[in-house]
Amino acid sequence: MDDKTNPQSRSSFNRRSFLAGAAGGAMFPLAARAAEPATTTIPSTQDPTLPVPVTLRVNGHDNALNIDARTTVLDALREHIGLTGSKKGCDHGQCGACTVLIEGRRVLSCLTLALSAQDHEITTIEGLSNGARLHPMQQAFIDQDAFQCGYCTPGQIMSAIACVKEGHAGNDEDIREYMSGNICRCAAYPNIVAAVKQAAPEILSG
Amino acid sequence: MRSFAYQRAADPSAAIQALAAASASNNPLTEAEIQPLAGGTTLLDLMKLDVMRPRAIVDINPLSPTWATVSLENGNLRLGAMARMADVAANPEIQQNYPVVADSLKLAASAQLRNMATLGGNVLQRTRCTYFRDVSYEACNKRNPGSGCAAMDGFNRSHAVLGTSDKCIATYPGDFAQALIALDASVDITGKSGTRTIPFAQLHKAPGDTPQLETTLEPGELISGFTIPGRWPRSAYLKVRDRQSYEFALASAAIALDVQDGTVRDARIALGGVATLPWRARDAEAELKGQKFDDALAERVAEIAFEGASARSHNEFKIELGKRVVARALHQAMTMEI
Repeated sequence: MDDKTNPQSRSSFNRRSFLAGAAGGAMFPLAARAAEPATTTIPSTQDPTLPVPVTLRVNGHDNALNIDARTTVLDALREHIGLTGSKKGCDHGQCGACTVLIEGRRVLSCLTLALSAQDHEITTIEGLSNGARLHPMQQAFIDQDAFQCGYCTPGQIMSAIACVKEGHAGNDEDIREYMSGNICRCAAYPNIVAAVKQAAPEILSG
Repeated sequence: MRSFAYQRAADPSAAIQALAAASASNNPLTEAEIQPLAGGTTLLDLMKLDVMRPRAIVDINPLSPTWATVSLENGNLRLGAMARMADVAANPEIQQNYPVVADSLKLAASAQLRNMATLGGNVLQRTRCTYFRDVSYEACNKRNPGSGCAAMDGFNRSHAVLGTSDKCIATYPGDFAQALIALDASVDITGKSGTRTIPFAQLHKAPGDTPQLETTLEPGELISGFTIPGRWPRSAYLKVRDRQSYEFALASAAIALDVQDGTVRDARIALGGVATLPWRARDAEAELKGQKFDDALAERVAEIAFEGASARSHNEFKIELGKRVVARALHQAMTMEI
């Protein structure tokens, strides 16, 4: 959380002075390119062990972070911003527990670099409710008892909202096909299908 | 994951410039120290597994506006390499005129992965061979040239029966590539000396003695687009797998037919899940052309498609399964209402 609250976090790391200072040492070939006009706006460093400044816009709020370039959106959310609703299941893009919306599209946050997600609007499970009023899909999961342990649920709900908006919630077969990227090892699948069907009309009507 | 330097390319020329340093190396493309990042669904996965170890990444996602266009012009389909699988699969014109393309994309991966993955990255997807993906196995000629092949006498149920060598039997995992090779697609490849166009069938290499060399792409080059000549409304992609959804093919067939009065004037057949690279069954196609379609012909064609197939201990079932997939896919394409 220090990154988020420290107003110095972006300006304290000055890439231009860093590049100049490092130019005499053994350089990775990219360094020279990083300073050329086509790429000067890019946060880039030839020393990959140093943190990189990035601003992630999550649920309408900007979060200024200093992170390792390897940090995924999932780890940025959970470890740096403190939003632990998105879950780490497999961390290899197989289970869907980490599903978030980027610019309204459902994607796997464990296979998206935080650096790639800058300048994009990220929506997580924490961004769905309107105060105490749950999103229709959240309410539908409760009404239909669409989970047991609940670990996959945030990913299921984010995926389900996108499934409805994509127009793939018209029948049970489509819902099963287009929700297949979200694994539920409690096997609450019939109830998840019921929840998607319950919430779909309300989401589509606006 | 090993650390890497990250750079975001603003446009194609910046991407090519940033990747140019990779072309100086003698490493195969997949071992190049600088790798382009598009959807990331293969690259980041394999970096987490320590199978791929680039020292630098060039994020080419800003190229999407210029390289993601899809258009039908002069009866040809042009697909930008940065188009996302989900968007192409959902395109009504492609569904109508190239169902084999739309279905091969729709039946691959999951909705989230299809939203992320690009067409260019998809055709370069690496094998799912478990011995390739697990670096604790030393023996993998693809990952560690000359070390042997753990799959040869290991668990090889998912491995290839066509295009294999005594060095590698890893299956090419993709679906979309079968549609491309069946429809005689060409691929545009952009590098520092400009753009060259080659038949898609010349992009992938059979493993032979050098399974570490998977494509004819050179380090520093990017796929910029694909072109499919003609229109193929009577085409289909049939995929058989262990699960009904979100699974790689055990056997699949991309079929495209031109039929008049029950006679097959032109036929295209490509096979997935059974070969080490996108696989065109040209001898099987030749058997179909000029013939009246019936069950016996479909079975004969399927037999020919798997002539020369060779199995290991656990994957013999793929030969019979593959033949049935070809025959069923032919029926499916023949009976389509277009």
